[in-house]
Amino acid sequence: MSRTLYDLIGLAAGVAFILALKGLSHPKTARRGNLIGAFGAALATLVVFFHTNEGSSLPLNNLGWILGAIAIGLVIGVPAARKVQMTQMPQLVALFNGVGGGAAALVAIVEYLNLGDTATTAEVIFTVFTVIVGCVSFSGSVITFMKLQELMTTRPVIFPAGRFIIAATLVSVLGVGGWVVNSLGTTPLLILAGLSLLFGILFVLPVGGADVPIVISLLNAFTGLTVAASGYVLDSTLLIIAGTLVGASGTILTRLMAEAMGRSLFGTLFGAFTAKPQDVAAAGEERPVRSGSPDDVAILLNYARRVVIVPGFGLAVAQAQHTVRELADLMISKGIDVAYGIHPVAGRMPGHMNVLLAEANVPYDQLAEMDEVNPTFGQTDVAIVIGANDVVNPAAQTTPGCPIYGMPILEVNHAANIIFLKRSMRPGFAGIENELLYDPKTMLLFGDAKASLTKVVSALKAL
Amino acid sequence: MEPMAIVSIFVLSVFVGFEVVSKVSSTLHTPLMSGANAIHGVILVGAIIVADHSTTNLELGLSVAAIILATINMVGGFVVTDRMLEMFKGNKK
Repeated sequence: MSRTLYDLIGLAAGVAFILALKGLSHPKTARRGNLIGAFGAALATLVVFFHTNEGSSLPLNNLGWILGAIAIGLVIGVPAARKVQMTQMPQLVALFNGVGGGAAALVAIVEYLNLGDTATTAEVIFTVFTVIVGCVSFSGSVITFMKLQELMTTRPVIFPAGRFIIAATLVSVLGVGGWVVNSLGTTPLLILAGLSLLFGILFVLPVGGADVPIVISLLNAFTGLTVAASGYVLDSTLLIIAGTLVGASGTILTRLMAEAMGRSLFGTLFGAFTAKPQDVAAAGEERPVRSGSPDDVAILLNYARRVVIVPGFGLAVAQAQHTVRELADLMISKGIDVAYGIHPVAGRMPGHMNVLLAEANVPYDQLAEMDEVNPTFGQTDVAIVIGANDVVNPAAQTTPGCPIYGMPILEVNHAANIIFLKRSMRPGFAGIENELLYDPKTMLLFGDAKASLTKVVSALKAL
Repeated sequence: MEPMAIVSIFVLSVFVGFEVVSKVSSTLHTPLMSGANAIHGVILVGAIIVADHSTTNLELGLSVAAIILATINMVGGFVVTDRMLEMFKGNKK
């Protein structure tokens, strides 16, 4: 295949990626956008088998290895993506992002080994960049995965002199990077990779649970840039276009997410260094709470005129989206005004709740966004909080210095009654005690959200 | 490739990237991130190119690892994004 045809097809794939991002930005075209992106990626992958960059002949060298590796990747990737629970999707995205960063770093290392002394300074600089950022993205994503999967604590991990250690690591990364550019050698490059992996871990450890999605998005943008940099080294326009697109759109998306959570990006990434360990949680364990039975809840609901349902991660964990819809339909049939109050970052990812409720075919007009629903809590008789915590925690408005301070919340504290469906008294993902649980107008219903809701539904039917 | 051509491509791509996602409702943040994530899986193309260049066992081994990881990123990314968006179907009625 001629270079011109190859480049034209590459360009077509680049256009497909632009259309994909554009499509993904609107609900109606999102799914088609994703398919266009997949088409572009498949096209780009196919044509590379029919073109050789440096005059070597077709078929490609090591073709068997290449096809075998792709087959292994498919066998791992497709079932993982197909079988994952909706609740675990965020960490899977983090993991996919991490392996992408790792792949980019490996590509840069191989090309470096291959070029040896023939590499130009510019190529070495881009290689160094790709190795650093790719490794940071890989190890950082693995840590975010472990946090989301709760394989490790979701709270910020802060160790003594942490900021000095992280600064020292960063300085050594840059120093070794300069060493590689100056003296060209495999050993310095491998040391660089090791230090960058370490830096990625140190960079993400201090990030608190609630900020993890923002970090994933940022690492995603990072990986995009590494792909662009490897595109330079490999002389591939397509990689430059695709990588830059992801880097740029990822940066914007990271900022949008941070805004939706009321966080400054800077605060998210570096806030943990200055934060003091929370002592609020320790104070609360012994205080009395009011817990109720499903019947109590049903009675409260039966005589309400307006009910707002606030879903959170607990709903996702319990897969209770169908049951909650059943409850809502039942209340509507009794003439009760029902709305779902959707916090933009309820769950583990922005939009998590919309996806779940859409799965249960909840009508779109019942879903109210935060700005819409907040002014109505004053006229709401009952707010049912299902497995959410941080997104209704008034500490975000009242306690300066707490990790979620400044995050917009759903103001359920203005409702006449609050019902919390919770598994236990454990604090939310951000690890902060919620004063609302001890409020006299709050009733707690302990247990798995789905089981509890099922009981409430049958109790309400019986009334 | 000409350095100036590369810089032009880079700068224009940055602006396109900014423009296409500048107004997105928070509902779509996760699928959009996941879709962008799948797109950078196109590093698979780079991994295949370096596998073709590989002459030593070390290079080949690292390229094979890169291909496996990149394939997971690309294919898994698009599949998982599609699964997320599948759930939005009901809303279009």
